[in-house]
Amino acid sequence: MARIESEIGTPKGGFMKWVDDRFPWTETMKYHITEYYAAKSFNWWYVFGVLAMVVLVIQIVSGIFLTMNYKPSAEEAFASVEYIMRDVEWGWLIRYMHSTGASFFFIVVYLHMYRAMMYGSYQKPRELIWIIGMLIFFILFAEAFAGYLLPWGQMSYWGAQVIISLFGAIPFVGEALVEIIRGDYSITDITLNRFFALHVIVLPLALIAMVFVHIVALHHVGSSNPDGIEIKDHKGSDGIPLDGIAFHPYHTTKDLVGIIVFLMIFSAVMFFAPDMGGYFLEHANFEPANVMATPEHIAPVWYFTPFYAILRAVPNKLWGAILMAGSVLIPVFLPWLDRSRVKSIRYRGWIYKMALGLFVISFVVLGWLGMQPAEGIYVMMARIFSVIYFGFFLLMPYYTTIDKTKPVPDRVVYHG
Amino acid sequence: MVKTIRFSVVLAALLTTAGAFAASSIELEPAHNDPGNINSLQRGARNFMNYCAGCHSAKYVRFNTLGRDLNLSEDQLIENLMFNAEQVFDTIQATMPLDDAARWFGSAPPDMSLMARARGTDYVYNFLRGFYLDPDSPTGVDNRVLEGTSMPNVLWELQGYQKAIFSEDDHGIEAFDRFEQVTPGTMSAEEFDEFARDTVNFLEYIGEPIRSTRRVLGVWVLMFLIVFLIIASMLKKQVWKDVT
Amino acid sequence: MTEDVDRNRRHFLTVATLVTGGVGIGLAAIPFLASLKPSARAQALGAPVEVPLGSLEPGEMIRVMWRGRLVFIVRRDEEMLSRLPNVTDLLRDPNSEVVEQQPEFAVNEHRSIKPEYLVVEGSCTHLGCAPLAEFDVGPADTWFGGFFCPCHGSRFDLSGRVYKGVPAPTNLRVPPYRYIREDVIIIGQESGAA
Repeated sequence: MARIESEIGTPKGGFMKWVDDRFPWTETMKYHITEYYAAKSFNWWYVFGVLAMVVLVIQIVSGIFLTMNYKPSAEEAFASVEYIMRDVEWGWLIRYMHSTGASFFFIVVYLHMYRAMMYGSYQKPRELIWIIGMLIFFILFAEAFAGYLLPWGQMSYWGAQVIISLFGAIPFVGEALVEIIRGDYSITDITLNRFFALHVIVLPLALIAMVFVHIVALHHVGSSNPDGIEIKDHKGSDGIPLDGIAFHPYHTTKDLVGIIVFLMIFSAVMFFAPDMGGYFLEHANFEPANVMATPEHIAPVWYFTPFYAILRAVPNKLWGAILMAGSVLIPVFLPWLDRSRVKSIRYRGWIYKMALGLFVISFVVLGWLGMQPAEGIYVMMARIFSVIYFGFFLLMPYYTTIDKTKPVPDRVVYHG
Repeated sequence: MVKTIRFSVVLAALLTTAGAFAASSIELEPAHNDPGNINSLQRGARNFMNYCAGCHSAKYVRFNTLGRDLNLSEDQLIENLMFNAEQVFDTIQATMPLDDAARWFGSAPPDMSLMARARGTDYVYNFLRGFYLDPDSPTGVDNRVLEGTSMPNVLWELQGYQKAIFSEDDHGIEAFDRFEQVTPGTMSAEEFDEFARDTVNFLEYIGEPIRSTRRVLGVWVLMFLIVFLIIASMLKKQVWKDVT
Repeated sequence: MTEDVDRNRRHFLTVATLVTGGVGIGLAAIPFLASLKPSARAQALGAPVEVPLGSLEPGEMIRVMWRGRLVFIVRRDEEMLSRLPNVTDLLRDPNSEVVEQQPEFAVNEHRSIKPEYLVVEGSCTHLGCAPLAEFDVGPADTWFGGFFCPCHGSRFDLSGRVYKGVPAPTNLRVPPYRYIREDVIIIGQESGAA
């Protein structure tokens, strides 16, 4: 088997040696890219991490150019978005790139997290990677929430109104906290300005820093794989894992294919259906915020709806908020809730497979329920599926212990 | 794999039904407007300036944009559409001052730049055709689509006046059944529908003037990406030949 | 043999991928860079400005804004125009040879279409301060009226031509303009423009 050797030797002279004497360039390239070994058996579930980075870049670049023309004041915000759409050359494309990117960020991140759940990527020794990832998830939530206020449409305003007032449910400090978040006695121009600062500077910096840390943690331990075995357990005489292949050129060329397919889907949406039927760009948000007229039907953007459904399922404001927060936080504990010593779903028993399937169904159904008015049969359904959602996590120590697993192979399963 | 399929099926089923639930509770006849029909858009622009722009602005729309997209020369713009505007790059402003309008009608006539995009083309189509006589209303009319609207029926000369017939449905609740013409207008029902169709076609266009351009561009972008995909796939396969 | 074919093919495909990717990135950059150009609103706001001149008295100056810049319009009487030849030796560029500073029609002693009216940008060609109008003749035989910049002492004559020995390097800029009626100019358009 002729494996392509790393094409970066250590420079002996010239410009690169000058750089390497002063900066760990070649060393870094080798450690992270050309001599970073990951399993050859990655399937397409493993592309979503890279895609998340691609979307992050898309959002930052499009965001920068939007910031050049957007006006973060209650007076001018809505008009400035239309200015970008109509008067700024190519402004419409930059805007659609950013709105499409926001939704695709969550699609990609949810699928990325799902992969981790399927293959036990959060299990020892990768618990910290998972925790950092959850932190990125929380920051992304906040980033999307802050960003949605900026167009200052009807949904922007009233969606923010509902969610911010949730914090008021916290005993003792609630009202003060809400005032601090808003910077005013109701959502006003002041709130908009500070959410702008959060969305454009604070949270992106936090996001970038956390992504960097996420990758450092990953590379320290090494990537897992669909079979959930540790490839470092079987190394060749050269110290290279037998089932590993260098990230570059193997995974880079493979990821490039995945990235192009992603860009095709992204472009199809951006150019042919940027509204996505009102899910990506909500209809109500094409009307400027009107403090005196609440829309008939306030719902958060689709990616928040599963958690929103859980919030509304509880008939008590405080406990609804607590459970909603709980539903976002509980996945953090997966590494400790999962008692199975088997990482990958390929070798787990039917109990876990059923549980994960129920979890997925409950997440999707809760998402749909979050978009409906909270009345009639929807209320009961939301309660049932909230129980299933929490059940997946809370009962996990039990059912992962009794689940009958299959023997895990020594080496990865690869069919070339 | 099975899991993925199950996930996709559930998601697809929910998304298709979600649309039905999200729709307005009032039945709306589809407008069947053709966004690619430039002549219809030109008529719609004329209709808007003559019947709507007295009270309603379209403040994000510039006349020179209309000229470019609707194939109208500067002279045609000035003669047929620009009643109050001075320069061809000006935006469409309403003739009536907003404050006065708010006082006289109870609420300011909203800007129309994004109305079709916010409420839907069909909504506006049915709204324009939905005025009926109501002796209790200060304007003498009400509207099936937006009850209690303060807007008068500015199209009465064209449409004539109609009245609304309500009847009891199966649950014993009074519901709208149909319209009945009381006095005729200068246009027949079909002609008036065409008038409304052209007008909402124009409103749909001004909601997003770039629509046709973005769709054309999208084709080119996808074609480029397909070519890129083929090359990148070939490279991947070639590189991965070594992996056993 | 197959290894060579493989290596060549791999090299070719790598180059093809890099080139296509490069082209893609280049094309993708176009919308972003183009968005930096003046928008439709900037173009609208930067549109030509009509200025009626009928109310100007001889010796009077008015200021108007065009594209965010100050423009001076001075109605010069016969006496002021007669002073122009006196200063020629004191000037850096009396014949307006620096082409960028004025349209063709302003390459003359009065630097304007009609001698009576001077239309010139009120921006000192040194560092951009607004010069002050000093149209009266000075005590010594060196000042025959014109513009004086308070920032660093640059001096310009009654046609906006720059004196020698001052920090400003060139004559005051004459913007493009034309007469649309006897007494009305439009700044921002030259003859023949729509």
